[in-house]
Amino acid sequence: MHPLVKLVAQRLALGAGTLLVVSALIFAGTEILPGDVAQAILGQSATPEAVAAIREDLGLDRPAWIRYLDWLSGFLRGDLGTSLANRVPIGEMIAGRLENTLFLAGVAAAFAVPVAITLGIVAARYRETWLDKAISIVTLSAISMPEFFIGYILIFVFAVKLFWVPSIASVFPGMSFADRLYAVTLPVATLSLVVIAHMMRMTRAAIVNVMASPYIETAELKGLTRARITLRHALPNALSPIINVVVINLAYLVVGVVVVEVVFVYPGMGQLMVDAVAKRDVPVVQATGIIFAATYVLLNLTADVLAILANPRIRHAR
Amino acid sequence: MAEKPGTGSGHGGLLLPRRRFLGSTALLGASAALAPGLLGRAWAETPKRGGHLKLGLDGAAATDSLDPATYTATYAQTVGYQWGNCLVELDEKVQPIPELAESWEASADASVWVFKLRKGVTFHNGKEMTAPDVVYSVNHHRGPDSKSGAKGYLEVIKEVKATGKYEVTFELETPSADLPYVLSDYHVLIVPEGSDFTEAIGTGPYVIESFEPGVRTLAKRNPDYWKEGRGWADSVETLALNDLTARTSALQTGAVHFINRLDPKTVNLLERAPGVLVIDVPSAGHYTFVMRCDTPPFDNNHLRLALKWGIDREELVDKILRGYGRIGNDHPIPDFDPFFNSELPQRTYDPDKAKFHMEKSGYEGPIQLHIADAAFTGAVDAAQLYAQHLAKAGIKLEVVREPNDGYWSNVWMKKPFVGSYWGGRPTADLMFSVAYKSDAPWNESFWKRPEFDKLLIEARAELDFEKRKQLYWEMQKMVWEDGGEIIPMFNNYLFGSRDNVAGFVPVPVLTGLRVSEQLYFTDL
Repeated sequence: MHPLVKLVAQRLALGAGTLLVVSALIFAGTEILPGDVAQAILGQSATPEAVAAIREDLGLDRPAWIRYLDWLSGFLRGDLGTSLANRVPIGEMIAGRLENTLFLAGVAAAFAVPVAITLGIVAARYRETWLDKAISIVTLSAISMPEFFIGYILIFVFAVKLFWVPSIASVFPGMSFADRLYAVTLPVATLSLVVIAHMMRMTRAAIVNVMASPYIETAELKGLTRARITLRHALPNALSPIINVVVINLAYLVVGVVVVEVVFVYPGMGQLMVDAVAKRDVPVVQATGIIFAATYVLLNLTADVLAILANPRIRHAR
Repeated sequence: MAEKPGTGSGHGGLLLPRRRFLGSTALLGASAALAPGLLGRAWAETPKRGGHLKLGLDGAAATDSLDPATYTATYAQTVGYQWGNCLVELDEKVQPIPELAESWEASADASVWVFKLRKGVTFHNGKEMTAPDVVYSVNHHRGPDSKSGAKGYLEVIKEVKATGKYEVTFELETPSADLPYVLSDYHVLIVPEGSDFTEAIGTGPYVIESFEPGVRTLAKRNPDYWKEGRGWADSVETLALNDLTARTSALQTGAVHFINRLDPKTVNLLERAPGVLVIDVPSAGHYTFVMRCDTPPFDNNHLRLALKWGIDREELVDKILRGYGRIGNDHPIPDFDPFFNSELPQRTYDPDKAKFHMEKSGYEGPIQLHIADAAFTGAVDAAQLYAQHLAKAGIKLEVVREPNDGYWSNVWMKKPFVGSYWGGRPTADLMFSVAYKSDAPWNESFWKRPEFDKLLIEARAELDFEKRKQLYWEMQKMVWEDGGEIIPMFNNYLFGSRDNVAGFVPVPVLTGLRVSEQLYFTDL
């Protein structure tokens, strides 16, 4: 077997193992949530008999580990279960929301990644100058503020004071792509401000690191321009850590949007999860949790594989 | 999450969403005066049709359904009144007025009610509304299999039958003078016989075009709407904005024209924003401290009285409600209710009396109040203030902070002294039945007085206003003298609107649920 295939297979197995552990954690976590599902469903009509009937109906009277195995096997068959609160299949519920979340993450990535890498390259090229310092100060200040705070500041300035963009990211089926883009301006800006610094710093550090190598000196002595050295000789060798940090940030864009979705009332997975927690709709919480976990694990796996592909030393590990 | 069971739907739950309300100023008159632009213009101008109205409401969830049996919170309830009507509507004085029913009449003992239906009203599918539709719609909430939030208080109905094409007769299990109130509840929307409730085919001002639970609802005007002077906008878009900041900024930027549930803490800032009006409506909602009358030391009325005299109500209204509310008098009937006992002396802050009753009770030592902000907005702060008030009477109150999560299942109706809130009920009967009758499901003070129950049942069957008033006055006095509820304050509802819409009719117990058909644009 090609060592790379073997490596990917190993990583996949490891990822599956991680997911299994995460699924158990999610299940245990939702199990110890205070408040009773049956009571949450019945609300005001919760007599003890009705609660007992619903618990039996939902199989909540069975031991936790049996319910866990049941849930897990359903999940493996692609059956996410049904919502406790309104008996709608969770797959249906999640589909549109997942699409929205991926759209937001996609737009944010399409904007933030090129900007971050360009800034990183520029900062490395002009390192220790005022430009480098300005880039670092601005991006690091942005990452130092909590997302909701950035979100509220952006709303205050660009929506409430200047009326340039909407304060709520209201999207719905049948909306044109341009309208959608306009609607998500502020959430995309917020997410970008949060992720750019990390990617930018890593790009800068990786390039600066490579620039100290003897072969760069050779290139310099050969008379190549700074720009050519940076882009053609330094960047490719610095790619591995950059890819890693970019992909980890992509994962963050998908799973870390809960706060941003709530602030901008964006109908994505994060908002759905918050709703479900409030309603004690445990299967929905579990399903969204496991999807977030799977996204994270998969993107990390991708990061590993891409880093290996970009780095012959790891690729041909002895 | 931290929702109190039973405060909203169900059991007399006409109306109030079960979440807590943030309140505001005062009496009916004052509220009208506070929104002169909005209300004044409603009378001064002739409304024009047209425009795309956008509402931003809280109380929405991804699990919402269009089936009225499932309505528990503001968002779905407001959407319900977009597509549907009830038999009865409540006016600004909380009196029942005809909606799909033209008139109604009770038998002398209030046990049989005959409702005459409006003729020529058609559903969105073109079918005419007749008696069998009403029977079908009411029965949706009744019977052993019903999961409706209205099931509890429709239990008073023994049988509902069509006694003519346009006549429906209700036979009651026990006489009730309040049936019209029950039929004005947001659950009891009328749909065509045999139709699926989730399809939302009604007689209402708007036809639902798309419904995305927890996100957005779009409705187009029903061109054949029967009600005069209602349903102005061409279309209504209702956005789910559960987050207070999101609601407020959406209103400020003009992304929506109307929002509910403002925060008293920030309402004065919002008032200064250009193009925004704040509307303040008195409500029957109240915040309470509840003592369990079956548990020592709270089984001693002297101790209960000590705690009632030892609270500074004015300060709580001032600091917790920021003035957007009214002081309470330890009974749950709001000041605008026709049966409000106006001769009952208002309890004031009197440390000496508190001290006197405390000594009489013979109890020494600290008293523990279990509280979380889940009880009502600012509950923990209110408890701290209360402890200071009581300290002046030499009574030591220990504030025990409980987690918000699980407060209603683990603390409320479990610990002997807790904080609570009620969304209020449109009638004295419903309020007393749900929380004060000995066997009431949410008799949170465990106050059991057979004399009180007897008066309550007597008053329910009494059709004569004056006689009924005497009974309710007596009941309020009993609760005031002996009950386990300390009710320091009633909150107000706070709404926000853009200055280019008008027409909102503030009904004290309705949380603006019928706003969609009322608002019109003044700048068309």
